[in-house]
Amino acid sequence: MSDRLPGFSTLAVHAGAQPDPTTGARATPIYQTTSFVFNDADHAASLFGLQAFGNIYTRIGNPTNAVLEERVAALEGGTAALAVASGHAAQVVVLQQLLQPGDEFIAARKLYGGSINQFTHAFKSFGWNVVWADPDDIASFERAVTPRTKAIFIESIANPAGSITDIEAISTVARKAGVPLIVDNTLASPYLIRPIDHGADIVVHSLTKFLGGHGNSLGGIIVDAGTFDWSTGGKYPMLSEPRPEYHGIRLQETFGNFAFAIACRVLGLRDLGPALSPFNAFMILTGIETLPLRMQKHCDNAKAVAEFLAGHPAVASVSYAGLPSDKYNQLARKYAPKGAGAVFTFSLKGGYDAGVSLVSKLQLFSHLANVGDTRSLVIHPASTTHSQLDDAAKIKSGAGPDVVRLSVGIEDKEDLIADLEQALAG
Amino acid sequence: MNHDAYPDNYIRGILNSVKSIAMVGASPVNVRPSYFAFKYLAQRGYDMIPVNPGHVGKDLLGKPFVASLRDIGRPVDMIDIFRNSSHIMPVVEEALTLDPLPKVIWMQLGARDDAAAEKAEAAGIKVVMNRCPKIEYGRLSSEISWMGVNSRTLSSKRPPAPTQGMRLSLNRMSVGGGDTAASDRAAKNKSEQS
Repeated sequence: MSDRLPGFSTLAVHAGAQPDPTTGARATPIYQTTSFVFNDADHAASLFGLQAFGNIYTRIGNPTNAVLEERVAALEGGTAALAVASGHAAQVVVLQQLLQPGDEFIAARKLYGGSINQFTHAFKSFGWNVVWADPDDIASFERAVTPRTKAIFIESIANPAGSITDIEAISTVARKAGVPLIVDNTLASPYLIRPIDHGADIVVHSLTKFLGGHGNSLGGIIVDAGTFDWSTGGKYPMLSEPRPEYHGIRLQETFGNFAFAIACRVLGLRDLGPALSPFNAFMILTGIETLPLRMQKHCDNAKAVAEFLAGHPAVASVSYAGLPSDKYNQLARKYAPKGAGAVFTFSLKGGYDAGVSLVSKLQLFSHLANVGDTRSLVIHPASTTHSQLDDAAKIKSGAGPDVVRLSVGIEDKEDLIADLEQALAG
Repeated sequence: MNHDAYPDNYIRGILNSVKSIAMVGASPVNVRPSYFAFKYLAQRGYDMIPVNPGHVGKDLLGKPFVASLRDIGRPVDMIDIFRNSSHIMPVVEEALTLDPLPKVIWMQLGARDDAAAEKAEAAGIKVVMNRCPKIEYGRLSSEISWMGVNSRTLSSKRPPAPTQGMRLSLNRMSVGGGDTAASDRAAKNKSEQS
């Protein structure tokens, strides 16, 4: 037993999974069951009291989901993870552990439109107040810190324009403020960026995107970096104070550097209920096995498509951090040297109407509201994902009326370019 | 020994070789971490001895409490200290008076006393600090994976179906040091600040 560090691709295939003890099945079985039989009353009491490792009920944990959790924790370099029903569910569960009503969290203004809605409207009704900052202006994060700030939330590669966030600079602000940095790593996947290596304390994903990768299953995940000390100043009572739900257990004292993931499971998932179906966990796990191969192809195709668009007369501009001329290219070289992702935007000289026309003429690109599929996808954010924002907010978040977003798939790049060429020819 | 990051083989070697464990500060209160750890290690076949002067005359899961290490009256392989960092040194000093000496002194999650560790190591005793033997056993056997924890081990072998009270194999392939790099760095920064 040597202590050597296997590579990313080995972890993508093996981490968390071993042959099934009962049947010898090598693929991870789908444990499609709601509940698990206890050995005896003492075993049941030990499990309910968090004293023993084991399964109780699929809303709290499931063996198929557990393989997915360990796999993603290993790929991200975290201590533990919790899989949930969607990326949105991951964000609710994370913030429930950190914020009390009346508290604040700082979020980067450039985010997935669904997250902007969730933070602005849904979370407001919980008394969790979002304060926006500009990821291109690190000082705006510092200025947003108040005594009520409990967390900072950013995307590593930001939707919709594929801009790269300076994770290390913002992690310095978070450390100074004594709050955890949460990074949504959905668009990068750990193959391109591992935010924990750059100072993130918590990583969240929509597994629905590149990790699952095939556009067939929703899922979300929370990864605990094991880096944050929850005990200081009584700021995080869900972790540091005795929990009445569990007869007075203190989670950080009991679970150490994976206490946050446990809190998300036993206080968040257990009580809020957004459990992931074991079938979805299986589909996503199967997808993750090929993540390194797919992600590289996504990036290579995206770069080729972006280069084509940048040279096309109907195109006003292309925002792709992988292009040397892009304002985020320096950050891309630092944080994502293998590729700048496969989601980016471009704007058309013909404005809103040209965007609508392009989308309607494409034959291979599918017009839908998702990213990170094997298939190439296209959307016009101003009329769809970002339509709830007013015009000024649309432009600020990179979704102006003339902007088209692509999620480049793993088809042959020549075919994707030909499809765009015929659609742009008008 | 570098107490900022233990190689898995060091922890594995300890958990595979010790048979008896005296737990200093063992609590009969079933929501205390020491109670969890005591019960788990007993179920995995370790010969557990609860040490707590406040509970002499009572027992913990059928094992009688003793007041101090000297009262155990037989050799013990490992001493697991469930006390705050500030209470470690006297326990280590008492352990150093035992004959024969224990092979291992283990300080619980959150507990670290480098001076005490140095003394014990000078006497040839292996030391682990700021770790939990229950968590480490669960991790190296991958039993802890049920809770979504990164065991940082891999195995392509078919394990036996676990039954109650069974010793589990800890001999899986490790994927790096005793902890993730990021959490090790955080722990090191914290200990340097304190």
